[in-house]
Amino acid sequence: MCGIVGLFLKDKSLEPKLGEMLSGMLTVMCDRGPDSAGFAVYGAGQGTEVKLTLRSSDGQSIDGLKADLEKALGLKLNATQRDTHLVVAIPSDKEEATRVFLSKARPDVKVVGAGQRMELFKEVGLPSDVADRFGLSAMSGTHGIGHTRMATESAVTTNGAHPFSTGADQCLVHNGSLSNHNAVRRTLVREGVSIETENDSEVAAGYLTWKMRDGASLKQALESSLDDLDGFYTFVVGTETGFAVLRDPIACKPAVMAETDGYVAFGSEYRALAGLPGIETARVWEPEPATVYAWERQ
Amino acid sequence: MPVVDLSEMPLRELNSQLHALPQDTNETHWQVKNPEGRHAVAVGLDAPVTVEIDGHVGYYCAGMNKTATVIVAGNAGVGVAENMMSGTVHIKGDASQSAGATGQGGLLVIDGNASARCGISMKGIDIVVKGSIGPMSAFMAQAGNLVVLGDAGEALGDSIYEARLFVRGSVKSLGADCEEKPVTDEDRNVLRDLLKRASADVSAEDFKLYGSARRLYHFHVDNAGAY
Repeated sequence: MCGIVGLFLKDKSLEPKLGEMLSGMLTVMCDRGPDSAGFAVYGAGQGTEVKLTLRSSDGQSIDGLKADLEKALGLKLNATQRDTHLVVAIPSDKEEATRVFLSKARPDVKVVGAGQRMELFKEVGLPSDVADRFGLSAMSGTHGIGHTRMATESAVTTNGAHPFSTGADQCLVHNGSLSNHNAVRRTLVREGVSIETENDSEVAAGYLTWKMRDGASLKQALESSLDDLDGFYTFVVGTETGFAVLRDPIACKPAVMAETDGYVAFGSEYRALAGLPGIETARVWEPEPATVYAWERQ
Repeated sequence: MPVVDLSEMPLRELNSQLHALPQDTNETHWQVKNPEGRHAVAVGLDAPVTVEIDGHVGYYCAGMNKTATVIVAGNAGVGVAENMMSGTVHIKGDASQSAGATGQGGLLVIDGNASARCGISMKGIDIVVKGSIGPMSAFMAQAGNLVVLGDAGEALGDSIYEARLFVRGSVKSLGADCEEKPVTDEDRNVLRDLLKRASADVSAEDFKLYGSARRLYHFHVDNAGAY
């Protein structure tokens, strides 16, 4: 089943409340996906730094990770530990050295997400607990997406949880299943897009990364996915400045959107949107099949 | 008049109380507060009572309804009045996809818009939508009447068996084996009656009728090469 949510703020004064709003939406979607959850938030960032969200993939502690990185890079770093994840800001020119160090010294550590503004968290457990553990409701930002997972085809693991990120400041959540993901994965690997799991949703994320790398806008990348991705899906996608939604040509999975002067919100069900401010007078609609809905921050 | 606040009473308790009503009950008018998009509100009613719901409902509201009248002052989620048998369901806001799916009888009125697959596999229900309907509506419709005051989305009436589809606005495209039909006096009378029952104050002359071309009913030898 799975539940997905997304929130894109148009009114800057709402930015301190992004996490609180997103957390409320994610919590309502617990019963669509009680196994695991994840979310990505686009918060503050500096042009000279890249934020890496790190976690250990085999349950090892990340307590000393910040100190290890500082020692290896010979720098003082800004880092925030949230439960099992560490968000660390690295000078952009040290990203490669950081990744090399991690792959050698801490092969258990995964880079869950990277980008100037995106932070990405995912864990196994009831979504409301996961949101609490990471302190989602206190986060601020301009937009964010989230996912509650009911695993149907693969194990309940953190690796299988959404969102998937395959490019800087890019992430995707997916409700559905793709039938040609193996073929598309082979194309992506050939094209040099890094894919780490056997998960179909990661292939969708990688596909968009590939198209955008070659110059497509987020909207164009999603439009071409209509030709190349087969199966049923509702995607909600974030980039550093953008937010977009796409449903498959028969609109297999439920989706409802709301827009006010303050925000654009997406939920698998209306219930997820019911607690948002001004929802009573929002424009509420169901996205049309095979139609890309995209917003860009000005 | 019983007033039930769903922020205080569990939904199951409300539905059990409604199911327990005898046919000759004196509690014929119920009010439900704070539905907050809950699923399966007032499902499976079979007594001639009226249930007014004050707010938005989730999936399958008034599903399998028999003889009861369910009024929602808000929007309805997926599958409102699914497999309805008789009675009336009135949604004052918009309805999500699959409104009135497989409905066998009764009247479903939606004051706003209905999304995709409105009236999918309808089997005798009458549906009046005062706004527009989404794509793939009346897919495999078998019997009954769908009346749309606004527009219809793509693939209206795809693989339709029977049923009358009256649309006042534009139709984005017709599905396989669905075609425009001449309107007979009988059709016009059925439409007039439904517009009246749904309190829709528009002229029955303004609608076009779509129905089955009946080409998918039987194997056609000219198509043998396609198999």
